[in-house]
Amino acid sequence: MDRFAWTTGLLELGETLVIQQRGVRLYDGEEKGTFDSGVLLLSTHRLIWRDQKNHECCIAIPLSQVVFIEEQAAGIGKSAKIVVHLHPVSLNKEPGPFQSSKYSYIKLSFKEHGQIEFYRRLSEEMTQRRWETMPAGQTIQVNKDPQAGRVRAAGIVGIERKLEEKRKETDKNISEAFEDLSKLMEKAKEMVELSKSIANKIKEKQGDITEDETIRFKSYLLSMGIANPVTRETYGSGTQYHMQLAKQLAGILQTPLEERGGIMSLTEVYCLVNRARGLELLSPEDLVNACKMLESLKLPLRLRRFDSGVMVIELQSHNEEEMVASALETVSEKGSLTADEFAKLVGMSVLLAKERLLLAEKMGHLCRDDSVEGLRFYPNLFLTQG
Amino acid sequence: QAKYKERGTVLAEDQLAQMSKQLDMFKTNLEEFASKHKQEIRKNPKFRVQFQDMCATIGVDPLASGKGFWSEMLGVGDFYYELGVQIIEVCLALKHRNGGLITLEELHQQVLKGRGKFAQDVSQDDLLRAIKKLKVLGNGFGIIPVGGTYLIQSVPAELNMDHTVVLQLAEKKGYVTVSEIKTSLKWETERAKQVLEHLLKEGMAWLDTQAAGEPQYWLPALFTELYSQEITPEEAKEAIP
Repeated sequence: MDRFAWTTGLLELGETLVIQQRGVRLYDGEEKGTFDSGVLLLSTHRLIWRDQKNHECCIAIPLSQVVFIEEQAAGIGKSAKIVVHLHPVSLNKEPGPFQSSKYSYIKLSFKEHGQIEFYRRLSEEMTQRRWETMPAGQTIQVNKDPQAGRVRAAGIVGIERKLEEKRKETDKNISEAFEDLSKLMEKAKEMVELSKSIANKIKEKQGDITEDETIRFKSYLLSMGIANPVTRETYGSGTQYHMQLAKQLAGILQTPLEERGGIMSLTEVYCLVNRARGLELLSPEDLVNACKMLESLKLPLRLRRFDSGVMVIELQSHNEEEMVASALETVSEKGSLTADEFAKLVGMSVLLAKERLLLAEKMGHLCRDDSVEGLRFYPNLFLTQG
Repeated sequence: QAKYKERGTVLAEDQLAQMSKQLDMFKTNLEEFASKHKQEIRKNPKFRVQFQDMCATIGVDPLASGKGFWSEMLGVGDFYYELGVQIIEVCLALKHRNGGLITLEELHQQVLKGRGKFAQDVSQDDLLRAIKKLKVLGNGFGIIPVGGTYLIQSVPAELNMDHTVVLQLAEKKGYVTVSEIKTSLKWETERAKQVLEHLLKEGMAWLDTQAAGEPQYWLPALFTELYSQEITPEEAKEAIP
């Protein structure tokens, strides 16, 4: 930690911010210190750490001071870390928080995650070494100490050897996993080819394929994650799974829909259903495919798509066109309303409020005034007082 | 029921039976793979990327359904679908500030904050894949490349090539002016103004008329990146229906 210097934290001319991460603790070697909660910034030239509670406390180290970095995986109760091995202290270093240290490395502990991205970016900066080609302000000192080279050779060899061993071990694991993955993919590929062939035959009606068999086929595709090539079939969309799901959804969504005026956007439904499930979540496509079947299964909900592309689930008993009439009353009472204002008044999400107003406009009940101050709706006087 | 087989052609039913058998075998292979490497996928984002890329190459989407083998046995599904929920919530909470545009970096920061200490770390690649899946919900999710990163759109506003190109121009400084657009893109004033007005109306740009020289159009999505602000409790409430 004695390589750090106090800094204002402001970037110099020519210095660019690459990535930042909050919730980072600094270790001097293996020792925790008082630098336990800060924002860590990586620029093209430096690593900067600013205390989250006391913004005045800000320290930095030039990237030229770094020899190499390694990752330390998270463990139980332990955050993921990056170990940064450093050159010896520069003789011309500006004052900093530590006068001396017995360690030649520091650790960055990511208590609020973000280690993956930070490591990736830091590795990139260490490879590109942009600080060498981009001159920055005076306060960033670059390690020009000629002694450093010789000292490096001595202490580093042991560390590099250890790293090499670890790398080989990791590589072996990865290559084994990768090999197994490749073999698996080969088999998956065969299935994809087979499914294409079957799909073609269904399309061209070769052989006697029953409706049951088609449904079976679709469930095979679902299991493998192969897109359904039979897009224009007339047997009804989805599989047994989606039918069951549709029925479940009808049960789960009845009350929430009633509580929300009979209508919810599909994203709201996605969040609601998945938060309730906790495990074995639905994919967005599962949800859409199930909802497409609601009407044909004569369930008390239906899927509706607005012109904007927004999709909603409505109770069958819900009539959006009737809601438009009451929306018109509300707008008339107030003279004019934006989607935000209408949403607050009625207690709806802004997204659905806007769709209702747009529908009212489409039906001719409202007129718009589209200016840079926003989109405002007025009762359509052309219609009523025409 | 006469089944006639032409020379060299196999009937669909026969192929279906063959597929059923292969499927069972594949399921077993996948179970074996999962027992050895499930942790690797969970902990190693690079391996996740490789896995996704290989699936894409052969025409398989492991995230298409929670009922798919990949999701069930490797657990990749829940990871991405839950991430989807978190992404939706963050975007909803911040929409009034940035009009529904947010940088991938800021989204990443906010999602990590929301996940809490004990959750698994996620990479930006993970976020992008989750977002691609969310598009099908019709809420206007989109990914716009700008500078070296991406802007994530989460509202059904129409953003065509003209809008995108201006966003890319604005990315460098966080704002853009009519003159800059005319100089860099060689457009007429009218075209530049139309694009900027559209962004203003959608709440994605704010107008600074007091800037020295000419008015500046700022993108809140870009200038909050450096000062990752907290999501207030009121904003969080807006996000949960």
